[in-house]
Amino acid sequence: MSLLGKLSLQAIPHDPITLGGAVSMVVGVIGIMAALTYFKKWKWLWREWLTSVDPKKIGVMYIAVATVMLLRGIGDALLMRGQQAVSVGASHGYLNSDHFQQIFSAHGTIMIFFVAMGFMFGLINLIVPLQIGNRDVAFPFLNAASFWLFASGMVLINLSLMVGEFSAAGWLAYPPLSELKYSPGVGVDYWIWALQIGGVGSLLSGVNFLVTILKMRAPGMTLMKMPVFLWSVLGAMVLVIFAFPILTATLALLFLDRSLGMHFFTSDFGGNPMMYVNLIWAWGHPEVYILILPAFGIFSEVVPTFSRKRLFGYTSMVWAIWAIVFLSFIVWLHHFFTMGAGADVNAFFGIMTMIISIPTGVKVFNWLFTMYRGRISFTTPMLWFLGFVCTFTIGGMAGVLMALPPADFQLHNSLFLVAHFHTMIVGGVLFGYFAGVSYWFPKVFGFKLNEPLGKIAFWFWTIGFAVAFIPLYILGLMGATRRLDHYDASMGWQWLFIIAAVGVALVFVGISFQILQLIVSIVQRKHNLDTTGDAWGGRTLEWATTSPPPLYNFAVIPEVHERDAFWEMKHSKTAAKKPIYEDIEMPKNTPLAMYIAACAFIFGFATIWHILWLAVLGLLGVITCIIIRVSDDNTEYVITAAELQKMDEAAKA
Amino acid sequence: MNKNTTVQEIHTQEHEGSLIAYTIGFILSIGLTLIAYFIVVHHVLSGWGLLSVILELAVAQLIVQLVFFLHLGNRKSHWNIMAFVFMLIVLLIIVIGSIWIMKNLNYNMATPIQTDNAVQKGESAQPVL
Amino acid sequence: MSHTTIAELAHEHQVADDKTAFGFWVYLMTDCILFATLFATYAVLHNNTYGGPSSHDIFDMPFVLRETLVLLTSSFTCGLGMLALHRGNKTGLKVWFTITFLLGLTFLGMELNEFHHLATEGNSWRRSGFLSSYFTLVGTHGLHIATGLLWTIVLMIQVSRQGLTRGITRRLTLFSMFWHFLDIVWIFIFTIVYLMGVITI
Repeated sequence: MSLLGKLSLQAIPHDPITLGGAVSMVVGVIGIMAALTYFKKWKWLWREWLTSVDPKKIGVMYIAVATVMLLRGIGDALLMRGQQAVSVGASHGYLNSDHFQQIFSAHGTIMIFFVAMGFMFGLINLIVPLQIGNRDVAFPFLNAASFWLFASGMVLINLSLMVGEFSAAGWLAYPPLSELKYSPGVGVDYWIWALQIGGVGSLLSGVNFLVTILKMRAPGMTLMKMPVFLWSVLGAMVLVIFAFPILTATLALLFLDRSLGMHFFTSDFGGNPMMYVNLIWAWGHPEVYILILPAFGIFSEVVPTFSRKRLFGYTSMVWAIWAIVFLSFIVWLHHFFTMGAGADVNAFFGIMTMIISIPTGVKVFNWLFTMYRGRISFTTPMLWFLGFVCTFTIGGMAGVLMALPPADFQLHNSLFLVAHFHTMIVGGVLFGYFAGVSYWFPKVFGFKLNEPLGKIAFWFWTIGFAVAFIPLYILGLMGATRRLDHYDASMGWQWLFIIAAVGVALVFVGISFQILQLIVSIVQRKHNLDTTGDAWGGRTLEWATTSPPPLYNFAVIPEVHERDAFWEMKHSKTAAKKPIYEDIEMPKNTPLAMYIAACAFIFGFATIWHILWLAVLGLLGVITCIIIRVSDDNTEYVITAAELQKMDEAAKA
Repeated sequence: MNKNTTVQEIHTQEHEGSLIAYTIGFILSIGLTLIAYFIVVHHVLSGWGLLSVILELAVAQLIVQLVFFLHLGNRKSHWNIMAFVFMLIVLLIIVIGSIWIMKNLNYNMATPIQTDNAVQKGESAQPVL
Repeated sequence: MSHTTIAELAHEHQVADDKTAFGFWVYLMTDCILFATLFATYAVLHNNTYGGPSSHDIFDMPFVLRETLVLLTSSFTCGLGMLALHRGNKTGLKVWFTITFLLGLTFLGMELNEFHHLATEGNSWRRSGFLSSYFTLVGTHGLHIATGLLWTIVLMIQVSRQGLTRGITRRLTLFSMFWHFLDIVWIFIFTIVYLMGVITI
């Protein structure tokens, strides 16, 4: 075994498209490093961002990574739509089959694990500590470690574009295709380790935010007085806690098959590939509810604010969340009705799947009833909500149709399915997170985003999405299968694929407007300052502090008496009490979280390329950093009451 | 503020566990282990009766260790119990659900050789459960 | 200006440490689901012997009983160590945790011995789906034990150097939760893999 395992110069890709992607990434990274050097910002980067344990900083970093990965994911989408629009009959487009397969595998993996999860954890980090009226999360160091592990996974998946190859086995890597026999290269291993490392980060965040919400709410904020966003995050974290270990185990088993010759999912020696499908979806179904619940929570904040009316049906919202949490553990087989479990099994899961649509329906009606007789402002966040209502409900109906096993036998793995889940994830998850970003941006950065550009972006996204995916519903009903890189001219499908390609181009214009919006907003920020901390007339505690909040969020932890605590504070007749300052403890910055993740990355990379000595070093690095951290009892510093008072009075001036 | 706990502070903290609790837990656990072992190794019972007895003994030992070693049920363990119960529900769904699903899948998707073997073993009907 | 008495400080620390203990409990719940997945896989694959040995052929039950009692005793001695901690008895703590460590090491040694036997007989994890799932389920438990042993060493070094600080008290509490949890998982490995592996329905 050579010193570098399987790694050699052959690993660098040759084909122009992949090489182009790799080169643009490298150029981008070099560009950022050059800018940091030119503006002498390395120390600032280290001090303010890389070693930070402040969830307000960590949240921004999550969203930055998610945005970059969104660009990569949409690039994959453009390539696929373009290919499918032209690869008909005699023409085979510009992507060979293997490349096409890597692209759809990367697209799904990136969008779910790095875009959706990234936006979700980013917003959760930014808002949860503020909304509970506290200063930080339960375990600040673990929080930083979660982010850096997420970033390590991201680096691995981007590295696969430049060194080696990515998986061509789809975003879930079903065996036997993902086994060593049929995927002998490093692609599936990249996929396994990017997800395994990022997955540990997610699991730790699940524990962290669950404990934070249960144990660190401001005095007086009982569970039934919490904003619904916090309930939705609590539900999502419960799902993370009980679903992610299944993913961890299943990825490990696949890896053991590939690396140690085990036989969990091989097609011989007593393996059972169907067990992989069963386990991966036992995780996979809760995963999609992990993604959507916080988005629902965001709508429960946005709609009351921009209807200037209290949320309708608070209690039923809470029950709906818990119904969804429980039910999401008993529907997973609907992802493989056609694998052959038979009528009894299919019937049970089909019925459960239909039932789970009901609590979601309750939530949609509650939002609509909130709007009824409210004073609606059609701001960008509100537009994203309205776009969600139109889009998500259609996709949901497609889902209820496929919940019927007989219908699913026709539609499974067709483009109808693809259109359904994109409608859910884009119309539901992504629109929700876009609403959250535009709603809370002023809180985080102190100035509002440019409204007209935001609205234009919204329209391009919504119309573009419809133009991209309605043809796919039709194609699915016409019999078009997913993941095709070429089809016969006689199918009569091409015109629909062309329309879909136009749709994704419109979406891309929407994204461009979002980037433009960000740049213009930064340039014009002095004209859009949020001077009060309450940018929209909000109802919840995050608006009770300055924009951006001070390091310690609240100089004095607020006392809560009612739901919509800030609304009550604003409108109560009692005079504001003079604040009583006390010494507070804040966690110190530390680079150890980043070091742990860097060692994990080295371990992952070395394992992928069979470089044993480097893998051992990486693992030892992780263990050593952990031991160093748990041996350090000096991880906090004190802000005295006097210092706190000075800072607070300066901020309020 | 001193990061270290003074002896005074240790004594003001409330602690779980006592020698009696740990000893009872230990003896009960040994007993349950030995009973299960001897029932199996000396063929005292058989069939489904045997299976349910040893599973019950395992669950009994689980409860013993949760109560006497992990202090579940003491004051302040409300959320711990909730978390445990929810975990148990999810665990049973995953384990029993997977067994049920895979049993049905294996029946329907077996190769001819596997079907022959199963018929010889007397398992020829589609599992109801 | 703040005046914090010993009692107030102790209370603040208790609240923070309770939060940490609860967080660790939640982590243990996630570990239970990890094991649940491995148990489910074992349940599905345990008859897939592919012409190789089945559970009836490879388990040495007296040996497994001894292993089980060793681990159970280490869980008890860990509890005794925690009692010593609560009494501020540093020597007693070190004695009981050293015994716990040695018992754990014995358990691990016995398990590795079992694995070694199987592997050299030609019945390694590569032989069949049954053996893959057996080695992985039991081996994952063993990996957890090994991590616990490393953790014990680190903790004992810290106790020697720093005495019984608040941080060490908290970490020993977390360790004891971990160690008891591993014994509980073993109850089910003992029952489902070994006991159920040698009976015939």
